[in-house]
Amino acid sequence: MKRFAALILVLSLSSVAQAAESFKICWSIYVGWMPWAYGAEQGVVKKWADKYGIDIEVVQINDYIESINQYTAGAFDACTMTNMDALTIPAAGGVDSTALVVGDFSNGNDGVVLKGKSKLADIKGQQVNLVELSVSHYLLARGLESVGLSEKDLSVVNTSDADMVAVYGTDDVTAVATWNPLLSEITAMPNSTKVFDSSMIPGEIIDLLVINTETLKANPKLGKALVGAWYEIMAVMSGSDKAGVEAKTHMATASGTDLAGYEAQLASTEMFYTPAAALELTNSEKLLATMEHVAKFSFDHGLLGDGAPDAGFIGIEMPAGTFGDKGNIKFRFDPSYMTMAAEGKL
Amino acid sequence: MKKFINQQPSRAFKLLLGIAPFVVLILLYVMGSDARLEVNPNDKLLPSMSQIADGLERMAFEPSKRSGEYLFWQDTASSLTRLGLGILIAAMLGLLIGLVTGALPMFAASLSPLLTVVSLIPPLAILPILFIVFGLGEVSKVVLIAIGITPFIARDIQRRTQEIPTEQLVKAQSLGANTSQIMIRVLLPQIMPKLFDAVRLSLGAGWLFLIAAEAVAATDGLGYRIFLVRRYMAMDVILPYVAWITMLAFLIDVSLRELTKKLFPWYVQGGKS
Repeated sequence: MKRFAALILVLSLSSVAQAAESFKICWSIYVGWMPWAYGAEQGVVKKWADKYGIDIEVVQINDYIESINQYTAGAFDACTMTNMDALTIPAAGGVDSTALVVGDFSNGNDGVVLKGKSKLADIKGQQVNLVELSVSHYLLARGLESVGLSEKDLSVVNTSDADMVAVYGTDDVTAVATWNPLLSEITAMPNSTKVFDSSMIPGEIIDLLVINTETLKANPKLGKALVGAWYEIMAVMSGSDKAGVEAKTHMATASGTDLAGYEAQLASTEMFYTPAAALELTNSEKLLATMEHVAKFSFDHGLLGDGAPDAGFIGIEMPAGTFGDKGNIKFRFDPSYMTMAAEGKL
Repeated sequence: MKKFINQQPSRAFKLLLGIAPFVVLILLYVMGSDARLEVNPNDKLLPSMSQIADGLERMAFEPSKRSGEYLFWQDTASSLTRLGLGILIAAMLGLLIGLVTGALPMFAASLSPLLTVVSLIPPLAILPILFIVFGLGEVSKVVLIAIGITPFIARDIQRRTQEIPTEQLVKAQSLGANTSQIMIRVLLPQIMPKLFDAVRLSLGAGWLFLIAAEAVAATDGLGYRIFLVRRYMAMDVILPYVAWITMLAFLIDVSLRELTKKLFPWYVQGGKS
């Protein structure tokens, strides 16, 4: 009996000890986040976690929005998402979040395709199928601005991304806004023209690893381990040697395509292989302007919540300055960990 | 002392026992919601009752900022139209197929195996096919509901038709009735209340298909709204919508039951006058 009690005691103590040092991050399939899949499977994340004496569990979530919701609800300490979704889901939900790794921006990975028409202005009066309130919607709004139109000039039909390619084949659908790999499949169909894509608004759709600000403050080790692991993977991946090709093949297989398909997606993604490249965008004035666009779009579509009186309701802290309410900062771009990586201090 | 198995709750106690689980669930929800809101006042996962009321008020009693429409009622109207049409079509087709295959062995021989196989196809699995064939408009949504529940109703009606005692058919023939007379005068009246029962049982599946169709491509509808606001986790809108769908389903079920009682008093009373 005594031995049994001792066993219980040891077990419960060890679980407490582990709980203090154990973290969970989630990711979903997207060209810019596949490195996490590689890092988790090849033990790069574990290596860095061990270095800082912590435990990091990397979990893949099939549904992108569900992964963000899980993070927002507190099931994960960090999660991959775009700058816009980070603002409208966790930050708008009161979960103070920090962009720890600025991984890449979409440079053609998101686009608007018209059937039988060749320029964006022709979209006027059409029905546009897209995932409403997603980055595709944001891209469409930015595109319309560029040709002097607004969302009032067309109607949007919320369409599940899983069915986007199938419904594009029907006669009813004449215009879609979507992302890769769906985009390239749709563009390849006959009589279809890509009239606008994210390379025309470079640096606005940014893919991040977002971490809970409180967790990061309490556990700088977690930030260091994640950033360290990320740039080790980046170094391998950017090489054109055998290891680089192997890494990319691994990521391609994990995302359900082959090396050529993955390379094609990478071509329309501006990956930041070095911390210096990521810092250039993070520290720029341009990021400030981008986040203002994003906040305005989100406010116009009611994504900041009904208590929000204006687009600046949620403060966004960036190295170049703060957008919005300084008393209600819920979304931060923190360059300090990437700077440590750039200086080789991790 | 009565054995436990023989103890009956009194009327009032029965009511109390019935309400208790609901009260407990609501209490648990409020406690959970308070606990989460205390930590983070902006938490969206478990909104407080007043936030839910605000969300409902915003959707139901204030015109939308973007389109000027009352979204809640517009969603309800579109969804109920789709559901109503789908179920109506399914009921009529189901009755026709069920009656014909139940009454006429020649038809049963050719249609029954097909019906069985068709009823086993999961309708959600052929969703992409439906969208390609019927487009993305209202038709494909109605068709999904109809395809989803017609086989169920048809098979049920077929069985019920076959259950009608042969004696009745023999008697009608002794009185000189021909095939169509027997089907319309003897079988159909007895099958109608069974059709109402079958429709009531298939309503749950009908709602499932409706919401699935609205999640794929739509511009309004109850399912559309839930999947849309899920993108920013607006549980203050999702929860009242779910409660409203449950309530609508309940009301439709009750009204069908009452209608059966009214239209077919002989059926409900079990032959007593």
